Amino acid sequence: MRWDWIMPEPVSNLGAEIDSIYYLILIITGIIFVGVEVALVWFLIRYRRRDGRRAEYSHGNKTAEVVWTVIPFVLVLFIAYTSNDVWLKAKLADREGGAPADAIPMRVMAKQFEWNVTYPGPDGRLDTEDDFAVRNQLHMPVDRAVRVELGSDDVIHSFFLPDFRVKQDAVPGMMIPVWFEANRTGEYDWACAELCGLGHYRMRASVTVHEAGEFEQWQASHGTPAAARIAPADTTGAQQTTGESEESA
Amino acid sequence: MSAHGAVPVSVTRPMEGMKVYNQKLGMWVFLLSEVMFFSSLIGAYIILRFANPQQWAEPGEVLAVPLTAFNTFMLICSSVTMVKAFAAIEHGDQAGLKKWLLATILLGAAFVGIQVYEYIQLAGHGFVPMRDSYAAEGGPLYGATFYTMTGFHGAHVSIGVLCLSFTAVQAFRGRYSEMNYGGVEIMGLYWHFVDLVWIILFTIVYLI
Amino acid sequence: MSTTQLVAPNVSAQHWADPSHRDERPFIRKYVFSTDHKVIGCQFMFLSLFFLLVGGLLAMMMRWQLGYPGQPMPWGGVLPETMAPGGILLPEFYNSLVTMHGTFMIFFAIMPLLVGMFGNWLIPLHVGASDMAFPRLNMMSFWITIPAGLIMVSSFFVAGGASGSGWTGYAPLSAVPEYSGVYMGQKLWCISLVVLGFGSLMGAVNYITTIVNMRAPGMSWFRLPLPIWALFITSILVLLAMPVLAGALIMLLFDQLIGTSFFLPESGGQPLMWQHLFWYFGHPEVYILILPAMGIASEVISNGSRKPIFGYPAMVGAIVAIAFLGWVVWGHHMFMSGMNPLLGSSFMVSTMVIAVPSAIKVFNWLGTMWRGNIHFHVPMLNAVAFVAMFVIGGLSGVFMASTPVDIFIHDTYFIVAHLHYVLFGGSLFAIFAGIYYWFPKFYGRMLNPTLGKIHFALTFVFYNLVFFPMHNLGLAGHMRRIYDPNQYGFLEPLQPVNTFISVSAFLLGAAQLIFLFNIVWSLWRGQRAPANPWNANSLEWSLPSPPPHGNFTAMPRVYRGPYEYSVTGREADFWPQWDPPDGRPAPDHSPDGVLIGDEKPASREPHR
Repeated sequence: MRWDWIMPEPVSNLGAEIDSIYYLILIITGIIFVGVEVALVWFLIRYRRRDGRRAEYSHGNKTAEVVWTVIPFVLVLFIAYTSNDVWLKAKLADREGGAPADAIPMRVMAKQFEWNVTYPGPDGRLDTEDDFAVRNQLHMPVDRAVRVELGSDDVIHSFFLPDFRVKQDAVPGMMIPVWFEANRTGEYDWACAELCGLGHYRMRASVTVHEAGEFEQWQASHGTPAAARIAPADTTGAQQTTGESEESA
Repeated sequence: MSAHGAVPVSVTRPMEGMKVYNQKLGMWVFLLSEVMFFSSLIGAYIILRFANPQQWAEPGEVLAVPLTAFNTFMLICSSVTMVKAFAAIEHGDQAGLKKWLLATILLGAAFVGIQVYEYIQLAGHGFVPMRDSYAAEGGPLYGATFYTMTGFHGAHVSIGVLCLSFTAVQAFRGRYSEMNYGGVEIMGLYWHFVDLVWIILFTIVYLI
Repeated sequence: MSTTQLVAPNVSAQHWADPSHRDERPFIRKYVFSTDHKVIGCQFMFLSLFFLLVGGLLAMMMRWQLGYPGQPMPWGGVLPETMAPGGILLPEFYNSLVTMHGTFMIFFAIMPLLVGMFGNWLIPLHVGASDMAFPRLNMMSFWITIPAGLIMVSSFFVAGGASGSGWTGYAPLSAVPEYSGVYMGQKLWCISLVVLGFGSLMGAVNYITTIVNMRAPGMSWFRLPLPIWALFITSILVLLAMPVLAGALIMLLFDQLIGTSFFLPESGGQPLMWQHLFWYFGHPEVYILILPAMGIASEVISNGSRKPIFGYPAMVGAIVAIAFLGWVVWGHHMFMSGMNPLLGSSFMVSTMVIAVPSAIKVFNWLGTMWRGNIHFHVPMLNAVAFVAMFVIGGLSGVFMASTPVDIFIHDTYFIVAHLHYVLFGGSLFAIFAGIYYWFPKFYGRMLNPTLGKIHFALTFVFYNLVFFPMHNLGLAGHMRRIYDPNQYGFLEPLQPVNTFISVSAFLLGAAQLIFLFNIVWSLWRGQRAPANPWNANSLEWSLPSPPPHGNFTAMPRVYRGPYEYSVTGREADFWPQWDPPDGRPAPDHSPDGVLIGDEKPASREPHR
């Protein structure tokens, strides 16, 4: 596990685009932050009370008002404009720039306190004979998109893949599309990001990105004990901390 | 400079405020908040109905439209009697004030009474706010929104009737005059508002 | 008819102060069931500071669990088995802590401090009135807060415990007890807030009427001190937003109590509708929580800099703009909710735009200090800290306003950092500034400045040590409302950061004891306060500390704006609003307000 003072390395191209928006905002706000705070401290020092000094009797300056209204206005609209394209690519799965046509369809149902993933099976279509479900594990091939239909069986949860920069609330009564694509292999974290009850903190799961070809093998071998590597839902996760109470209310 | 006997001096005149005395301005402001409250209930109704149109019965299938239309007419009449009560005291007509206030109270109480009667009838036929509403037509959302909107309106009418009773008591004690009628005026504002909300509710709940 | 003949029907005259200062009201009418706005303001202060403590304690417990997960908390043994067996916090109790910390802080601490306390203290005095328009309604609005608070506290002690669905109470978790394990607690939460809402509403009606109608002669709208503008606009927000919350809470209560399905999808209800209703209230609510603070900051910064506020009309315009725009940004709390992404785009634009009026205010505060003659009294220290911290909170908001970035940081500690920078770094520092500034006026004693400076310094340092690292936690992906982050491999390495934050939080909490001690000590032994310790300009400083019941002995007259500091050609560096222009006789204040030598003759149409 790596951890930095900054965000984890993105494993998707869209994730990298999201990060670049973040860095753009960081630079703009960073400059403003430094400028304002330095000016503030400078004024406090330069204009501190001294005998014989007197404050300037001024009620303001209209030009200044216009300048510091227009510049922030332009800046924020610029940020909004730059952000919107990436946003729509991420969220409008069926629009241009969204999920590719060959994305693997999957269904993820959230419930207290586990995730259930339905795979399409070798025929690549959901709701057919060869579908199968696995708890708390999402497997996918590298460099190929996955298009998830996200739902919930009870309360609102949130499908959060930090490394992919993916987050979408799972709302009971709605099926919401979420798509993502990995550009490298590995095992990645999957968390619930919406308070969903007393087990919210242990609703973890994992995403495994396979080499090309490996995913098909995995799919073919579904149902083996290895597929239930992460503990079933009604006990704690891999680490048990004290303070765990009975799940039933 | 004040010179006018027992009447309180003008404090709004030299001040910078609006030409509306405090109690009246306060009532208008309060009614604005009531607009927001009823808007939230009506807004929820609109959202739920658009999302689940199949849960709503046709007008008249479940609700008693003729009876409620009569009830609506009574409430409108009570607004007229309220106007007359205010007009009376504006001219110092104590007897007229008492008469028209009582008429308003009676009509308002009758409105609530008929609405309670209607609720009992509807519940007897299975039309209830709960999830297992088993009315012949309509689903649970129909009942939930119906009772919530009309129920809170009815509560506002009931509170209005109570306050008007208090106003009537004050009127019988001779507390109001052509120089001192604010209490009547602000009750009138409240009453007209309650009437207006009902006209909107009647339209969207009973007629559509 | 002469112009003095026609009078307002049903208007009671203002009851000015008795010049001989006799006050024969019994103790219980003077200090307990008092209709005097100053007393009510003081009552709000004590009540709110109590709840600030409660909210702080709840946070300390949360921080214990996050800093030392699974370990028994010191003194944890006093908690019942249902909350913390053996002193170790249970996950369900942790969820209640998270929920109730937010609930108490927002509804029972910050709102009553900013709106209840400062509104009551300042409005009648700043406009030049003897009291509020509706003094008895005012008294009721305080006393209704007490049962609301008791109901909220009691929810900890019922079976199932207090609400654990977040201060935002998202349905269906909050609507179905089987999902949350909380039964009575959630219902009590709803009821408490409905009751509290009535109190807020009463206050709003009172404040708006008083500010509109009871300004003294010469107190035009643009001579009002900025706290009054802020409180006026805030009251309009309260008036229009709280009823929407009430509607939502009632629907939630019905879902729980009588089996309706407003938010339950099985019967066609809409979970997202809860979010829309809640945030339609919730976003104006956060401006309710910051606008009065901004007003206070303006007042103190102008006074401390001995300089007029820079750009007064722009400051007013910015307050109005923030309030207006605040109604069309609520969807930014719902970017990830499943709401149509195109709506997300439009809410992003409005959210970005609302940053602009706040930026204008920050630049105007800087402009006020520029070329000032700055006195670092304790209120000024806190007001400057407000500006510095609010800038951070405001800038961090830009990140989450950007919808793609919000995909990552929504529901992480980045959001927690942002909200605490604006609510603590912003609102609470301004509250401290206001209390240090006005405590002398209302209690007749100065707060000890040495203790004040120590409190300020420790608070400022520890506060930043607690909340700045939360930005980093969020960027690492650390989610909110998580009882045990160590369940996740990617969060395990962050444990030292959590522990560091917790230790800083304990020290931050301890530092507040200095403030509380200062208040208690100064009430009894503080230096007696003169009428105008800060050489300030607004009307309250013309009166003794504390002012008598009825405030002024006759209707005051206002001659200029409130920020006339360091006026060219004048020896003193302040020129109070009540000071008549040079060379004119001091006017006779006659009770009916008709003054000798009035500049503007009373030409208004007689009231009907």
